[in-house]
Amino acid sequence: MSVVVVGAGPAGVRAVERLVAAGLRPIWIEEAPDGGGRVFQKPPPGFSRGHRALYGADHGRAFALHAALAALKPLTDWRPDTLVWNLRPGDLDVVSDGTHERLGWERIILCTGAMDRVVPIPGWTQPGVTSLGAAQIALKTQGLAIGRRVALCGTGPLLLLLAQQLTKVGAPPVLVLESAAWSTTLRAVPGLAWNPAAALRGMAWRAGLKVQTGAVPLRVEEGCTALRWRDSRGWEHRTEVDAVAMGWGLKPETQLADLAGARFAFDRLQRLWLPERDAAGRASVPGVYLAGDGASIGGSVVAELAGTRAALAVLQDIGEKPDPLETTLLDRALAREARFRRALERAFPYPHALAAAMPDETLLCRCEAITAAEMRASAAPEINRGKAATRVGMGRCQGRLCGPPAAEVLAQAIGCDIAEVGRLRGQMPVKPVVL
Amino acid sequence: MLDPKGRVVMVSGAPRGVGRAIAERLLDQDRPVVDFFLDGAPAQARAGDTLLTAILAGGHGHVRHSEFGDGPRAGFCWMGACQDCFVLVEGRGARRACGTLLEPGMKLRRR
Ligand code: FES
Repeated sequence: MSVVVVGAGPAGVRAVERLVAAGLRPIWIEEAPDGGGRVFQKPPPGFSRGHRALYGADHGRAFALHAALAALKPLTDWRPDTLVWNLRPGDLDVVSDGTHERLGWERIILCTGAMDRVVPIPGWTQPGVTSLGAAQIALKTQGLAIGRRVALCGTGPLLLLLAQQLTKVGAPPVLVLESAAWSTTLRAVPGLAWNPAAALRGMAWRAGLKVQTGAVPLRVEEGCTALRWRDSRGWEHRTEVDAVAMGWGLKPETQLADLAGARFAFDRLQRLWLPERDAAGRASVPGVYLAGDGASIGGSVVAELAGTRAALAVLQDIGEKPDPLETTLLDRALAREARFRRALERAFPYPHALAAAMPDETLLCRCEAITAAEMRASAAPEINRGKAATRVGMGRCQGRLCGPPAAEVLAQAIGCDIAEVGRLRGQMPVKPVVL
Repeated sequence: MLDPKGRVVMVSGAPRGVGRAIAERLLDQDRPVVDFFLDGAPAQARAGDTLLTAILAGGHGHVRHSEFGDGPRAGFCWMGACQDCFVLVEGRGARRACGTLLEPGMKLRRR
């Protein structure tokens, strides 16, 4: 039985762990030199900060995950530094340091993780402007701040967490813009014992952070010397900066699920097309399983649970009989987390109106330097026609960054519902490779 | 070039107009110095730096120019997703600067 697990973040580690416990030896493929995923990414050798400094409140989980990762590598066909760039029924193509190989699979668990979701603004392609995730990776794995006068903009937990982390190391951001208004965030969470929005506000307050809520960035000035932004009352401001990090939540890396032929559905809450899956993680294509943020944004706790659950689904489907109690407990925990996650999505929504209204001159597609005006002028009836007409989404990143905002821009331009413009179809290779 | 205690930034480098991105070295920066070449000129960074870190923390401002004439770029995602940080490593071809560790003597060329 050839079982492949793609990704060695929280979902991938737990999936592999459960497969190995059942006596399987999966092929385990990770694009990075080591596992841990983005959230528990390790610095390269030579850095001295320990788990507590690197992962804060999650250091215990980070430590456990890294220990599991290390223990599992020799029990699998571990392939780090390896990109899966194409996936078809029954086989897949990998490349590692220029060496290509085709591998067969009967079951595959995709734990492909996520990246920041952005709203392009004029000037955002300049050096000095990064994603929030980038600014956090810079700090965590390179000990760097992306600048000396950093503005952070976006929404959700990562925004405040990063602001707090930078403050802690003596490099507090000069400006923090949270696009959600606190009234939205507080209304969004009735019925939860723990209110994530209030907890985050408390954390920000304790860290001494000044957060502008209901505030959005408008433009990064030439040379990344200043940020123009708008406060909740509609006043415009200009703040001198030398770096800007931005991110409005995360979006799953669904390219491989797409190539596998999985069916997608539009998720109203996340305003994203997500691969369909059952509660255990089975995609619509036989033999394909999805877990973690690569399937739907849930965070690392959910990812660990979902990784184990997907592995159990594989075991069930090949005729093993895992203890029903184990699956029941996992399903319950996942359902509980899903409720919490929905509240977070409502509290910190993607500011789609801001994306839809981006100024004409905004470089909507940074790969091919295509403006929002060009997408509007295409007046295409759906996004793939818009792509063909403008090349938006055809560049090296395959629409990873421009896909969601391009759909917002087009939907507004032709006056239709966002779901009706559809989604950008994936193409191989999922990332540039030399053939 | 680098502060011996490794906690202070070099605020220099980028001429006006080519992007002034300067990443600030904050923590754990007393790692061994690594020599490399950037566009033919000798440069220095620290062991464990990615190519992106070596270029930006060294005050060199950008990793590439947009092939569409809209100016310099320095990546965006730092996680191998945006594909906006390619730099030429002599003898190895184009590499993502955010995901490639600097090695002593590497010759980087920006486009
Ligand atoms: S910075 Fe995005 S791929 Fe390197």
